[in-house]
Amino acid sequence: MLHTVNKSPFGNDTLESCLRFILPGDVLLLLEDGVYAAKEATSKSNMIEKVLKNNEVFALSADIKARGLNQLISGVQVTDYNGFVELVEKHKTHAWL
Amino acid sequence: MAEEVKKIMFTVRKAPHGTIYVYEGLEVKLIMAAYDADISVVFIDDGVFALKNGQDTKELGIKGFAATYGVMVDYEISKIFVDRTSMEERGMTEEDLLVIGEDEDTEEPIKPQILDSDAIAAMMSEQHNILVF
Repeated sequence: MLHTVNKSPFGNDTLESCLRFILPGDVLLLLEDGVYAAKEATSKSNMIEKVLKNNEVFALSADIKARGLNQLISGVQVTDYNGFVELVEKHKTHAWL
Repeated sequence: MAEEVKKIMFTVRKAPHGTIYVYEGLEVKLIMAAYDADISVVFIDDGVFALKNGQDTKELGIKGFAATYGVMVDYEISKIFVDRTSMEERGMTEEDLLVIGEDEDTEEPIKPQILDSDAIAAMMSEQHNILVF
């Protein structure tokens, strides 16, 4: 199962809800404003650090660059649009819009 | 070879009247109910407010659609689930939920089923498709 989150964790509970439903082995993809969750040393970093123990976490390269995020939480994998398509091909997807 | 019945889940995470999403989602559910699919609907986050009983949209000047949820069972959509945590966060109990139909034999009212997040997560992973509203 692939979960996508496109909302910033600051001021929006979408990521929190997603993490309540994610099962071990599921994959999380952060995109658009969702990539702010992957930034290191924030008040929300612990959410991603915790999920990384049981799940792969990806963040979309274009969105990271657009927001100038160069320091990501260790363990978060950066992927591009082709990687995004591959993830969607491989997994059933729930978009936490 | 008989084709496998598709398992399709709808997740509703938005409150009912501020945007058109929940209403549009309801229309899609009714359309999909005409096909031979295994449909389930899950209400999470503000989506649980769509199942609040006693909604009256008269003063808003719109028709409202809680009444349609009230007959979902008649459309053969009876797998309607609500996330327990989302309800608790919003101060809702089973008593606050609207009725989605009645039992054919006993005429007992049927309410959406309240489930824990992990039970819903397990169901999600069994679906062929999940549509988000």
